[in-house]
Amino acid sequence: MKERIIKWFFTVLAFASLVFLVGIIIVLFKEGMPIFKTVSVQEFLFGKSWYPTFVPAEFGILPLLLASLWVSMGAMLICVPLGVGSALYLNEIASPRQKSLLKPLVEILASIPSIVYGFFGMVILAPFLQDLLHLPIGLCAFTASLVLGIMATPTVCSIAEDALSYVPRAFKEASFAVGANRWQTLVKVTIPAAGSGISTAIILGMSRAIGETMTVLMVAGGAAAIPRSFFDPVRPMTAAIASEMGEAPMGGEHYHALFAIALILFLITFVFNIIAEIASRRYRIKLGLSG
Amino acid sequence: MKQLNKLLMIAFIAASFAFPCYASKIIMEGSTTVLPIAQRAAEVYMDNNRGVDISVRGGGSSVGIASLIDGTCDIADASRAIKSSELEKAISNGQDPVAHVVAMDGIAVIVNPSNKFSALSKKEVKAIFTGQISDWSQLGKGSGKIVAISRDSASGTYEAFGELVLEKQKPRADALLQASNQAVAQTVARTPGAIGYVGLGYVNSSVKALEIDGVMPSRETVLAGTYPVGRPLFMYTNGKPQGEIKDFMDFIKSAQGQEIAEGEGFVGLK
Amino acid sequence: MKKDITQKIGFGFVSLCMFITIFFLFAIIYFISTRGIKVISWEFLTQAPRNAMTQGGVAPAIVGTFYLTLCAILFAFPLGIACAIYLCEYSPKNYVVNLIRVSINNLAGVPSVVFGLFGLTVFVKFFGFGVSILSGSLSLGILILPIIISAAQEALLAVPQSLREASVALGATKWQTIKKIVFPAALPGILTGVILSIGRVAGETAPILFTAAAFYLRGYPKSIFQEVMALPYHIYALMTEGTHPKEQSAIAYGCCLILLFLVLLVSGIAIFIRQRQRSYYHG
Repeated sequence: MKERIIKWFFTVLAFASLVFLVGIIIVLFKEGMPIFKTVSVQEFLFGKSWYPTFVPAEFGILPLLLASLWVSMGAMLICVPLGVGSALYLNEIASPRQKSLLKPLVEILASIPSIVYGFFGMVILAPFLQDLLHLPIGLCAFTASLVLGIMATPTVCSIAEDALSYVPRAFKEASFAVGANRWQTLVKVTIPAAGSGISTAIILGMSRAIGETMTVLMVAGGAAAIPRSFFDPVRPMTAAIASEMGEAPMGGEHYHALFAIALILFLITFVFNIIAEIASRRYRIKLGLSG
Repeated sequence: MKQLNKLLMIAFIAASFAFPCYASKIIMEGSTTVLPIAQRAAEVYMDNNRGVDISVRGGGSSVGIASLIDGTCDIADASRAIKSSELEKAISNGQDPVAHVVAMDGIAVIVNPSNKFSALSKKEVKAIFTGQISDWSQLGKGSGKIVAISRDSASGTYEAFGELVLEKQKPRADALLQASNQAVAQTVARTPGAIGYVGLGYVNSSVKALEIDGVMPSRETVLAGTYPVGRPLFMYTNGKPQGEIKDFMDFIKSAQGQEIAEGEGFVGLK
Repeated sequence: MKKDITQKIGFGFVSLCMFITIFFLFAIIYFISTRGIKVISWEFLTQAPRNAMTQGGVAPAIVGTFYLTLCAILFAFPLGIACAIYLCEYSPKNYVVNLIRVSINNLAGVPSVVFGLFGLTVFVKFFGFGVSILSGSLSLGILILPIIISAAQEALLAVPQSLREASVALGATKWQTIKKIVFPAALPGILTGVILSIGRVAGETAPILFTAAAFYLRGYPKSIFQEVMALPYHIYALMTEGTHPKEQSAIAYGCCLILLFLVLLVSGIAIFIRQRQRSYYHG
């Protein structure tokens, strides 16, 4: 009897994550949907101007949406080579001693709080890049991409490294046996074998970059205009939510619009996570690991 | 471990109930523009009146007013007057927001110190911020792309500027929207071709404030109403303030309180 | 040999990637610490801000961050452990478990600002906790729940199956086995996971923006229903909401250094312990 009570106790608590996730979805829908009474979904997603406080207000989030994608794409250009490259280094070149030193350092890079990255980007990197590249403004999509890229690198590196380490030794030995050198083995055998594991890493890195808030709020510049170049200041969705929530009258259109943005953001990361989930499951099955 | 954990939990909850809240605690919340006055006033007031506890939160005018409506703050700071929709909601919630003007704020148009201009007309500023003019050479002096820096489209300063200068026209879409007055000032200080607008309190030696229609933004011109871009700053209380809140509001409106506002760069009413 | 040259270039590129990654780590630490160290003093660590936030210290923010972290862990720790125990020890292999797994993974990927909105709607407004330590740490607690669960899962899975079988063979019930054998064996691993999540909670800003953070307080919080100052929010506020940028950005540097120091210390310890454990298990 006692055993059964205990089992039930754990079962109930185990549902906590599901409850919170569902709670988040409900809140976002409940607070976000009312905006679609004022604007259509199409106008909201593809409207080109975001003037939430004007009379009449305009709620087109295309500039914010593009800004998020723009900045995350830029971050990907940095964190994919850096993260995957570092993972390959750790997996292929580093001696066990080097590895035991470098891996914790990468983890430490991951544990630096986003506000510190934001501060670093705002007071050090932005002025530096502005002088170096003669930009009209240092706080722009480029700087934000750079900082986000650095932030996402450890995420990509750790997961990709895990994936690489699961590749069975026999794969590599077979490759060496037919006369391939280490680089050829890496490119032709190890990377394809770990392929979906590495794509999981990249997708999760992307998901992290798109959802990052404080850094882009401090570094991206904040202009709600459709970005035309990497050096334009932009206003990603997360930054819009964090900075405007305080000034949006509770229960008003602007308030609902911000929740609707959060909903879109949530759906994007949700899709990314599902894809990552599928990719990693496929990977495990492919290598004969448990599902 | 589990036991220890439980113990800690119980100890914590017990502790949180054992210490009662201060009898006289004042919560202020709202506009980031009013924040420096609120913070400094709270600091000085607490120095003079031991046993009073004042907490100061930012968040924005709307957050402050919403909290006042919900009864979760005592004083709402606002850089704009309460909206009719908010007032209706407050009344239906049984609250009665009362406005107190605590200082005047002039919105200064600022440029980088290297800029050749020291005066513009309101029309020219409007043309710059609505996007009709995009290069300094179009105004006759200097050259280079104009980098327009604006406050957040949701801030009180933005709204005031939009009403007073832009006459409700939309600002150009490529204006940089900064989340705070300070960020605008910093960006202008760092960027040669920049023009921005900030509360008078944020003008410092690293930027140059422009004369608008021939009037320099200053204490005198804002109070006299000759400077065209000025606005009052509010604190809202629920009903006529009483007790400790009344004392605090009286303090802010007193000569000493107004001196604090001046010290933070705003325009005192006395 | 052409293929050897390709290998050299390839390995060179990969090494460069590693170097740049580590370079950024040291660059950040270097810039923050050389500029932050100038304002750190005993007064800075123990006093409240003074003179319109341009002088004095940041003690209330340090204490606030401590409270928020403690409460978030107190909330997420038991819940996370229970969830991990269910998944590793009790779970029947069916779609329910899959559903829970998927929801944990997704919860881990939710943007931090969304937790802030959730906290604002549910804890601050709906439950009426107001802007308080309680609202803030519950929001933070949900954020780190997935981290604690996966750390605990990893630790539980590392406990050899033979230990469980031996215990059951001696006539112990499932719960006795978990309580007396599995949990103690997994505890060090679980704790490192918890320590790592401490670092994460202490540095998070977006979830407390609308749920817990105050700009200025004199004293320390007396109950969990009060709002607090917090280091990460303080940095943000100083950089964006003050009239004295020069003095205040110096203080922001100081706060950044304290936060960085605390977080790196805590996660450094956890990473170190874990490293030793792993090499202990894997020989």
